[in-house]
Amino acid sequence: MKKAQLVAGLVLVGLVVLAAVVSLFWTPFDPIRVVPGERLAPPSLTHFLGTDGFGIDIFSRLLVGARTTLAVGIISVSLAAVFGVPLGMLAGQAGGWVDDVVMRTADVVYALPALLLAMLLASVFGASTTTAMIAIGVASIPAFARVARAGTLQVMAADFILAARVSGTSRWGVASRHVAPNIAPVIGVQASVGFAMAILAEAALSYLGLGTPRPNPTWGNMLRDAQNYLFVAPLQAVWPGLAIAVAVLGFNLLGDGLRDYLDPRLREVP
Amino acid sequence: MSEALFRVEKLTRRYSDPGREVLGLDQVDLSLAKGGRLGIVGESGSGKSTLVRLLAGLDRPTSGRIWYEGTEITGLPERRLGFLRASVQMVFQDPRSSLNPRMRVGDIITEPLRSRLVRRQLSAEVDHGARLAEVLAAVDLPADAAGRFPHEFSGGQRQRIAIARALAPKPEVLIADEPVSALDVSVRAQVLNLLTELVADQGLTLIVVSHDLMVVRHLCDQLAVMRAGRIVEQGATSDVYSAPKTDYTAALLAAVPKIRTGAGRGDSEPPGRFGEPKSGREGAHQ
Repeated sequence: MKKAQLVAGLVLVGLVVLAAVVSLFWTPFDPIRVVPGERLAPPSLTHFLGTDGFGIDIFSRLLVGARTTLAVGIISVSLAAVFGVPLGMLAGQAGGWVDDVVMRTADVVYALPALLLAMLLASVFGASTTTAMIAIGVASIPAFARVARAGTLQVMAADFILAARVSGTSRWGVASRHVAPNIAPVIGVQASVGFAMAILAEAALSYLGLGTPRPNPTWGNMLRDAQNYLFVAPLQAVWPGLAIAVAVLGFNLLGDGLRDYLDPRLREVP
Repeated sequence: MSEALFRVEKLTRRYSDPGREVLGLDQVDLSLAKGGRLGIVGESGSGKSTLVRLLAGLDRPTSGRIWYEGTEITGLPERRLGFLRASVQMVFQDPRSSLNPRMRVGDIITEPLRSRLVRRQLSAEVDHGARLAEVLAAVDLPADAAGRFPHEFSGGQRQRIAIARALAPKPEVLIADEPVSALDVSVRAQVLNLLTELVADQGLTLIVVSHDLMVVRHLCDQLAVMRAGRIVEQGATSDVYSAPKTDYTAALLAAVPKIRTGAGRGDSEPPGRFGEPKSGREGAHQ
């Protein structure tokens, strides 16, 4: 049962990754070039999922869109982890006022929605994939910091930390050799769940025109384009919506599956 | 025996919870000579663990002073505690908690050797591999244990790993905080005997904290009885056992269940080991 979740997550995520990889080498049609004669074609053998309002093959755009989705997810989650995890570990290990300063700052950032940050960045630098990545990444830092801090506090309560101190191990040694390896699993889970959030946020930003600009396809801006033809070609909105749902579900299942798989209470049984 | 290895004066440690102050340790004076084997007993909450954590430099006292080999350690910053880290090592109660589950046994045991603080204290560069093999042999673990993880070992073996780690930097003092109370009864005697042998072979000064009087009686020649943060009685183990001065100690002694663990042990074992009656004194405290 627990394993089924993990496997389902892996399959769905694998599907998205496969789409992204395939799009690097092959797409049935050019995902960018406008073909006026073939606007709003229904699904057929030539165009599996039909064409959009510009006569561009939707399937091709979906494949390329997977690439953007994964790129935004990877970059923004990495950004959030690179800043959030060390900050959370610092807060958890140092305690006292350092803990207060770091975590209250994190609360402030947490209160700031990614959307607002993205609007700010987009209005200063112009909307692009990069601004979306940064906005989502920065907005996700607090979540990583909190998870890392909670994990660190748990590890710091173990006797092997005292043993390390008796052995003269420095704070840095404690962090790198004792805390980091022991919180890695929970960070992995958070990364997976954060990935799902990032995908959703990216789609929302692109939908609002605050992310990747046209003509480059993303699932979010495909939804936005489809909106104009909602009553003429309703299926057009279904495909990117489905893709987003699959990706988000996949990463969430993966995260939950990992959490159960790595649960120490289940692992301790020899 | 004249110069005290550890000297403690009016040591007090208060823990302040919001709205409540707890006196963990109350004006404790103590002195331990080199080569001494001190047992600290008392009920839970009596301040035993607080005291040894202060001695090991893991905590700071609210007031009072501690000297190690004539150097005051209270108030010293961590970076100047290298001499203490190199010569005072600790074994904790539960090896499931005191061994990092994600480190290999070899890395766990050599951790004290890799610390810059400790390395600076050691006269010559220590060959980690050689020392690792030495201490593994000393605690009766196979040499191939080094490449494995703690969860692959039994409770008793894990405590041996913890002991090996404590021995690695060749310490002067070994502090054992309830070294066997988390272990199966069946392996307690083995670990206690191992500690006895190691202390004798390597001339260690030993401090044992336990709520179990049998353990202390077996390992230690001096005894300090603690209650509510104070040392209520102190003296040679045999004296305290045969003629407890306070009612509290007498009550503690009376609470010891009578056990026999001598059955089935080989004749080749040296005499006077744990569980084997030594003399007529056995009846004195029962």
